[in-house]
Amino acid sequence: MNDTAAPAFRPRVLVTKIGLDGHDRGSRIVAAACRDAGMEVIYTPPWQSIPAVVKLALEEDVDVIGISSLATDHLVVPKLMAALGDAGLGDVRVVVGGIVPENEERALVASGVRAVFHPGSTLDEITTRIRDYAGETRRARTGGEGAR
Amino acid sequence: MNAPADRSVAAASAHERWQREYREGVGDEREIANVSGIPVAPLYTAADRPPGRDAALGHPGQPDYTRGIYATMHRGRTWTQRQLVGLGTPADYNARLLALLERGATAVSLIPCNSVYRGLDADSVDLELLGTCGTVVNDAEHMARCLDGVDVARISCAMNDPSPFTLLAFMLVAAERRGIDWKQITGTSNQSDYLSHFVANHMFYRLALPGARRVLIDHIAWCRAHVPRWNPMSVVGQHMQQAGATPAEAMAFTLSTAVQNAEDCIARGMDPDEFLPRFTFFFDISMSFFEEIAKFRAGRRIWARLARERLGAKDERAWRFKFHAQTSGVDLTRQQPLNNIARVAAQAMAGIFGGLQSLHTDAYDEAYATPSEAGARIAIATQNILREEARLTDVIDPLGGSYYVESLTDAMEEKIVAIMTTVDDAGGMYKAVESGLVQRTIGASAMRFQQRVESGEQVVVGVNKYRADDDAEHRPPVERPDRDAMQRLRDAFVAAKARRPAAAVAGALDGLTRAAESKDGNLFAAVVDAARAGCSNEEICTRLRRDLGFGHPLVIV
Repeated sequence: MNDTAAPAFRPRVLVTKIGLDGHDRGSRIVAAACRDAGMEVIYTPPWQSIPAVVKLALEEDVDVIGISSLATDHLVVPKLMAALGDAGLGDVRVVVGGIVPENEERALVASGVRAVFHPGSTLDEITTRIRDYAGETRRARTGGEGAR
Repeated sequence: MNAPADRSVAAASAHERWQREYREGVGDEREIANVSGIPVAPLYTAADRPPGRDAALGHPGQPDYTRGIYATMHRGRTWTQRQLVGLGTPADYNARLLALLERGATAVSLIPCNSVYRGLDADSVDLELLGTCGTVVNDAEHMARCLDGVDVARISCAMNDPSPFTLLAFMLVAAERRGIDWKQITGTSNQSDYLSHFVANHMFYRLALPGARRVLIDHIAWCRAHVPRWNPMSVVGQHMQQAGATPAEAMAFTLSTAVQNAEDCIARGMDPDEFLPRFTFFFDISMSFFEEIAKFRAGRRIWARLARERLGAKDERAWRFKFHAQTSGVDLTRQQPLNNIARVAAQAMAGIFGGLQSLHTDAYDEAYATPSEAGARIAIATQNILREEARLTDVIDPLGGSYYVESLTDAMEEKIVAIMTTVDDAGGMYKAVESGLVQRTIGASAMRFQQRVESGEQVVVGVNKYRADDDAEHRPPVERPDRDAMQRLRDAFVAAKARRPAAAVAGALDGLTRAAESKDGNLFAAVVDAARAGCSNEEICTRLRRDLGFGHPLVIV
């Protein structure tokens, strides 16, 4: 990373799993990588309900929510997006990582998901992009460049 | 003819010449180690074997079983092709099952929907998720529909059925209604190993550790008396390895788990010669080909010793390390997905050379979807090709006596035993899981593996090397279960629940509480009674969770 462009803020990232599955190898590794990259990480066990994720995002004032989905739980992510919008958290960037078929990825993106990380993504790529998205969220909140 | 002394002098000078030529040819090289951390030399010779070890190699079917647990091994009965099946409604599952049986399958499996693992019924979860990862089986009626037209007494059924084993209870009730004698029923409670779930898979946190421990031992004791041909205990290394454990760690933690469960049974007054022959194991087979073969050979040897010396079993059947293995889902790539067919074939070969009893080969499309019908067909064909075209089964333990494989088997054994000692020092597997020791070890190994992939030290073709731009082909759209059918299933289930005699349901649930509160009551017997009274999976799990405590995961990052 270019040092002169190093952001002056610590992104706040919620790494979690919603739905029914508990495979957490991916979420744990990504959470640890974000932490090691200097971010503030809020990590939860699997099986969070959508209202619980919204509440945590609000309380912890997060910039990015990372949802790990290995076993079809991404199918309820559009419900999460709607709930975040209802709670006034429409500018929080949401990323999904895991096993997401292409035809279903399109539905996620249409619901407002910022990015989907597939198997084979590197930790460097994931953390760099999460940092960028956190910057988007901050700028959107301050009404600056990058606001939606 | 040379005298032996001359021969060994000649061998030594030949070895020196090879060393010289090798160094000249290769130059300085980085040391290579396998995933478990064992250094790998470029050549193995007789000098790498401890003196006298070859003579002690033994024969298949005889202790120490390094070469296999049966005299006939794959030359006799090969292995059970046990593909995981489970999707959609009970009717969907039944159709798939009948088709498999039509094609000659004699062993089947049942993978329930994740909602079932979580102890939730169809009316408690998002419709979008129902049946997407397994079959929705909420009560004995659903199970009866799953097994409609299937001769339950003739097939062996492995069910992914964690504590408190409601699926087995539903199946027994369905069989009873059809007049089938439980003593004829064969199969395995996969996933009965609550410790592996707490460590790695988290598919269920239905019960807190003490409750899960008690239900397992009750289940083993009850099955022994009532369904004697059923394997109530499947000790699982697969979850831990998929979660990142090295092959040596996965084998060590699995053997430590088996010891823990066996010692719990012994503490309950059970005889190891009675229950140990019904213990089975379930492992992952990763891409580390020789390491996996050595893992299985070493595991067999260690288990025989543990069963005999530590657990006191006198019956040879108790010493035999019977295992099912599955090729590794996490090694499959989304990029260039057809490459996965080659990966699965290599993994299956390692398992076969390792002497497995039962095999599931993954479908190539698992890295981006729940396996398709076509993917599942290729997975089965891979097994048939390896067996009947490549003829891998003509010779028993064909790699036995290989300098490398024997040396690696010894080294893996040493490594596995050392890890087991750390578990013993922590007070046994139950305590090591309760404290998070096992979880931390596996988490660190997962991170190390990821770093090896990212640094390129661990090559993954199509991902960090040999990438191609056109890798999107061969990824057809994924179809999910029909939502309308799922809605109808849910509506029918809700209506059926309302029709049950309320007093019988409440009485059966109170029976669970009584068993939980009593010291000697058998909890699994109460689960079977509840299933018979029409109680649902969620009702049974909710009541037991209330009485025995809910298990919360340890969060370790």
